Amino acid sequence: MRRIITMTVNNRPGVLNRITGLFTKRHYNIESITVGHTEIDGVSRMTFVVNVDDERIAEQIIKQLNKQIDVLKVSDITDQAIVARELALVKVAAAPATRQDIYTLIEPFRASIVDVSKDSLVIQVTGEPEKVEALIELLRPYGIKEVARTGTTAFTRGAQKAGSNQKTAFII
Amino acid sequence: MAKMKVEEQAKTKARMSGSLMLIEALKAENVEVIFGYPGGAVLPLYDELYKAGVFHVLTRHEQGAIHAAEGYARISGKPGVVIATSGPGATNIVTGLTDAMMDSLPLVVFTGQVATNVIGSDAFQEADVVGITMPITKHNYQVRDISELPKIIKEAFHIATTGRPGPVLIDIPKDVTIAEGEFDYNQDVHLPGYQPTTQPNHWQIRRLVEAVSQSKRPVILAGAGVLHANAADELQQYAEQQNIPVAHTLLGLGGFPADHPLFLGMAGMHGTYAANMALYECDLLINIGARFDDRVTGNLKYFAPKATVAHIDIDPAEIGKNVPTKIPIVSDAKAALQELIEQQGKPADNAAWLAQLNEWKRRFPLHYEPEAGAIKPQKLIEMIYEVTGGEAIVTTDVGQHQMWAAQYYKFNRPNRWVTSGGLGTMGFGLPAAIGAQLADRSATVVSIVGDGGFQMTCQELSVIQELQLPIKVVIVNNQALGMVRQWQELFYDKRYSHSLIPNQPDFVKLAEAYGMPGLRAKTEAEAAEVLKQAFAIDGPVLLDFHVCADENVYPMVAPGKGLHEMVGVKACEELSQ
Ligand SMILES: Cc1ncc(C[n+]2csc(CCOP(=O)(O)OP(=O)(O)O)c2C)c(N)n1
Ligand SMILES: [Mg+2]
Repeated sequence: MRRIITMTVNNRPGVLNRITGLFTKRHYNIESITVGHTEIDGVSRMTFVVNVDDERIAEQIIKQLNKQIDVLKVSDITDQAIVARELALVKVAAAPATRQDIYTLIEPFRASIVDVSKDSLVIQVTGEPEKVEALIELLRPYGIKEVARTGTTAFTRGAQKAGSNQKTAFII
Repeated sequence: MAKMKVEEQAKTKARMSGSLMLIEALKAENVEVIFGYPGGAVLPLYDELYKAGVFHVLTRHEQGAIHAAEGYARISGKPGVVIATSGPGATNIVTGLTDAMMDSLPLVVFTGQVATNVIGSDAFQEADVVGITMPITKHNYQVRDISELPKIIKEAFHIATTGRPGPVLIDIPKDVTIAEGEFDYNQDVHLPGYQPTTQPNHWQIRRLVEAVSQSKRPVILAGAGVLHANAADELQQYAEQQNIPVAHTLLGLGGFPADHPLFLGMAGMHGTYAANMALYECDLLINIGARFDDRVTGNLKYFAPKATVAHIDIDPAEIGKNVPTKIPIVSDAKAALQELIEQQGKPADNAAWLAQLNEWKRRFPLHYEPEAGAIKPQKLIEMIYEVTGGEAIVTTDVGQHQMWAAQYYKFNRPNRWVTSGGLGTMGFGLPAAIGAQLADRSATVVSIVGDGGFQMTCQELSVIQELQLPIKVVIVNNQALGMVRQWQELFYDKRYSHSLIPNQPDFVKLAEAYGMPGLRAKTEAEAAEVLKQAFAIDGPVLLDFHVCADENVYPMVAPGKGLHEMVGVKACEELSQ
């Protein structure tokens, strides 16, 4: 299953390499990674989406990440109330005849056209990965020329539902 | 450093070069020996070493330096310190770093690097050492600016020696070793991402106490974590208080006295019948400081199938990694054992279990067929045990001789046994003996090596000779890569592909070329004689023992089998001895 892992790390040279290297070494499959600054100077946040079915492996990933000296905090937020967003840019073929169709199609997705050329459009969409996925599928028949996706970035909502399965670090 | 002298304290605020800082930092860390090898990128550093008169051992290969540092760390409990130059110097220590990482040995390793302004340009002797060593170090650094150097060195020593110990590498560009900066070594280490748990959770301890009291067939599997935590006394106290039998992993040997009635022997691929059957039949398995390596568990499907598993480990990631664990205790082994002893729980009702284990121990001992005239390798180890009174520090290489040493040298004390477990590094034994002897000058050190692995690092005989270290180098010469030959005999229909080496060099002459006496024996009587001679000499001696070449290590759990499926087990009434 897809798991979303977020962590804060020291923003030091090589830290991304350390983390991806660990994933390679331990044979964990990363679907996406996003990295960026946080509100604290010198601290970055990373969000990983990984595919793991085995509970034991999911637990190992967290524990191994925790062992890294430059990792400050790791949380598997899959089972929590979260905000998860992704941005995608989609270059789609658009002859004058189909252009209007596309405009109508993307409307409900609150996507926007960020570039127009003679035979193509660039559409920008943000939202939950499923929504991005859905839009791309709808655009496919028109002829997708290029897709660039940022991968998911996420954190937990301010208020957690009572009784939601809060599974941060494994408490031992 | 409460004891630091006034003049030294003054120095810790002075301006100085990066090279001098390094030396001052090593002094502040009470480093008594450095193992290293010079080169272009570390010339400024070596110049300061020269002026400071620091004790530095020049090995003849960087691999020798790092294995020596591992041997030193294993025996002294202090971090081993290594210096290597950039590029090839650094890549030569990759095996040793991996070895130390697998076996949790504290090392602080300094590598030279090309100057910062040419990093990334494929400069002469440039290698991405931080990239190469990232997965094989506990942590590593590249110093980008002189101002960071003191802090990084301090952190490195802290990280290497606390929590689960391991190797830490510091890559220092040449210009940083020359640049000047302020040396302040009195700062506190602040690492919010590194806070090892060393004290056990009380609730989990109570669960374990309860589990023991309910158990009928408890067993302790003790690993090297007991030794790293300096907890051999507590282990014995706890085992005796609760009357629980103890099996050791390969690396744990010496943590519990081999002659103790509760001792079952080594467990795993070449473990004793009693230890392996205890792990198979137990209803409570208490793992203390071992990581359930596949060589100790055999096929996990059949591992401890009837047991509740409790696991005490300083590294939370080891708990539940290979074996589902009911009672997880993240802690230093000593702290956990102390608390368990204090609890004075009700011991298990296990008289029948102990009787069963004693019967297995009596009925299915380690065994070999004596052979008149020849030297049986197992007998050779027993003879070495006798002549050293069981008190020697034994280092080994990797292969059959390693397993025989583990089986037949009975370690009654901790920190007498130095072997490469996790990585199984041939070439480890001889340089490790150098470090071990330097850590304990008065100890008798025997390095038991194979004729194959010896040749991977035999250049270090030079160091032994130069420092006149009274190490006895024992070559168990079976004219073969014996362990490979054994597997080919058993699993590849005796197709001995590249494992027989009938044309080994004359090791006695080799010893003489290095300026030390060499002795050879081909029969048991000769063996007894040369051992007597060698141990009468207060200096290095190399001994070449031509042993039975087709001997195999038994018992054995074949790959893919469970611990209860050992082959080569015989009841004592079937033995001809
Ligand atoms: C560096 C390295 N290369 C290869 C191996 C695989 N290997 C394991 S045991 C062994 C044979 C060792 O032969 P020798 O040193 O003569 O010891 P013996 O088994 O004969 O006692 C080999 C090749 C290894 N462990 N390490
Ligand atoms: Mg051999």
